[in-house]
Amino acid sequence: MIKGALLAVALFAATVLLVIIGTLSPVPAAVYYAGGHTLTHSTSTAQAAVESLATDFRARNWGAAYDSLANKAEFTLPEFVQDMTGNTLSLRTFATLESSEVQPLHESDSDAEMLMKLHWSTVVGSYETTRDLHVVKNGDRWAVDWPLVKVPHAPPQVIPVNYLRWDVIYPGAGDEWGAQDVQSPRVRIVDMHPVDRAEGVVVMGELLNDDIVPAFVSVQATLVGKDGSPIGSEGAFDMIEHTLLPRQVTPFLIVFPNTDLSQVGSIRMDPQSVLVSASADPVVEVQNQKYNPSPASISGQLSDQSGQTINIAHVLSTLYDKNGNLVWVAGQYVDRALPPQTPVDFTVPVPEDLARKVSSERTIVATYSAGKSL
Amino acid sequence: MRHARVPFLAGLALSLAPLALAQSANMNLPASVTAGSAFSIPTSGSGTGVLYLVGPDQALRRDVQLGSPLSFAAGDLFNAGLYLAVLDAGGSATSGTLAVLPAPTPGRISFLAAPSRVPVGLHNGISGSAYVFDAYRNLITAPVPVSFQLTGLAAPAQNRTVTSSNGLAWTEIDSASKQGAAKFIAQAQGVSVTRVIAEVPGDPCGLTISAHPDGKSLQVETAPVRDCSGNPIPDGTIVTFTENYNGMQSTADVPIKQDVAKIDMPAYNGATISVASGVVAGNEIRWGGR
Repeated sequence: MIKGALLAVALFAATVLLVIIGTLSPVPAAVYYAGGHTLTHSTSTAQAAVESLATDFRARNWGAAYDSLANKAEFTLPEFVQDMTGNTLSLRTFATLESSEVQPLHESDSDAEMLMKLHWSTVVGSYETTRDLHVVKNGDRWAVDWPLVKVPHAPPQVIPVNYLRWDVIYPGAGDEWGAQDVQSPRVRIVDMHPVDRAEGVVVMGELLNDDIVPAFVSVQATLVGKDGSPIGSEGAFDMIEHTLLPRQVTPFLIVFPNTDLSQVGSIRMDPQSVLVSASADPVVEVQNQKYNPSPASISGQLSDQSGQTINIAHVLSTLYDKNGNLVWVAGQYVDRALPPQTPVDFTVPVPEDLARKVSSERTIVATYSAGKSL
Repeated sequence: MRHARVPFLAGLALSLAPLALAQSANMNLPASVTAGSAFSIPTSGSGTGVLYLVGPDQALRRDVQLGSPLSFAAGDLFNAGLYLAVLDAGGSATSGTLAVLPAPTPGRISFLAAPSRVPVGLHNGISGSAYVFDAYRNLITAPVPVSFQLTGLAAPAQNRTVTSSNGLAWTEIDSASKQGAAKFIAQAQGVSVTRVIAEVPGDPCGLTISAHPDGKSLQVETAPVRDCSGNPIPDGTIVTFTENYNGMQSTADVPIKQDVAKIDMPAYNGATISVASGVVAGNEIRWGGR
């Protein structure tokens, strides 16, 4: 009993002591991340200067980061912030820097070249940005020449938009039985292919809106075991373009984690469609799309042909082999918003082990614009 | 002893009197009546009683002057079905069943037409099911001739007459070869219901593109997109353009606008440009810089 009381008193005293020490002499990084600005920037080496800049990015302390740059006279703080967070709502706006890597490429007494990889996390997953940095030595400190990416803007103009828009009048609650109704859009799966992957069974395919009205689509797949019992059911989530205009085709990819294809006797596919209000605008053109075998990826530019900004774009690429068979469905969000009439680069990674099989590809873009429901 | 029997006999007589009354109270139920029509139930006996009619979705209670017919006005008993009639006359009851039949004249039709959109030229592509009810929403199970008519703007009317069976008449009709909104009408003895069926074009047919230089880019445009019957494909239908050049590809999903789809694509000498809509492929052109 006495021993327990002594232990409690000792723990309490130790806690109080540590709190006092932490308050009077805090770890600089802790102060910094807590909102203080007393973290001493180490700029004694080129790598330390870049790492210090990444620390500022992580704390979203854009002012301190801007002040540390060697070429800050070339652009303003708002321009720098826009470069980091985007000038309009996009994935960058709310992205959090998870980690960073700095690789020295070249270094002399007066300047250095560094590769800075920033790993950002967002609500729809992570993305990576890479910058080649020129670091210069001013006196006894190193500072980064920030390569500001200036996004070109389309010249002021009026763009007439006269694409179709579909609205739906649904049956009313007071309608009697048998009253006039509108049927759900006809959709059909035009291709389906299951594969065994390290992450589990992957079911991929393509879905066609076979109707003259827009459809909000989703695909559910159920794996059925060899004994006829269901193993599991999963949906495509965001690996599908949910709003399909008439005759539009979307790829889909459904993952069944921790499942082996050898356990599967059959697969039950359940494409679903709902009639929705939709607009044929905006049109996004995928330009100069190129398949890169190593590292395996698809790159190109997205060009928003409309007059409104597309805040979030999700690129979905369907990869085929030389016989036209489906090999893989790859997807990647674009971290920047798509301004009107201005190409924006994109890169979609492709699994390396499938790279040799890819012969052709088809890319579509799912878009979200702030203020539009669909 | 003799004096003692008098109260006993008097009590017995009083107790048997209602029984004697009940035995005389009776009702003469009709075998069937028409839903919603006026009818009466003759009763016999004397005194008063209460008649209960209990059936599907409806129950009635009426005070009865025994010996007089009990009248029901039109609309009092309107739900078709088999009813239990109970006449309670002073503690005793007689009962029977009463069949209430739907009125023979249709009062309304519930018409299920499907689909709401159908491709043109589809054999038996449109189905119609008509459920015939009387004015009180009772399903008329007796045979009733129902005529179906499909009329469109660009096609002669198609007519069918079907006799209903157990309240249902149904038919299948071909969709017209021309697109447009068609009226699908079901009619029975003056009562009619109209549904609108959208007859829509089929898949694009003979999809072709042409390209014209437009500054540094190439304006690629389809010919007016039509189905195999010559109907224009609706605006908003997606046409996919694909340009391949030197291992690079440019694609765009473009909606048809005023019968054609067009897009500006990079102008590369030697590029091939192809077009498709859904699973229908069109022609391929090679741009030679002219």
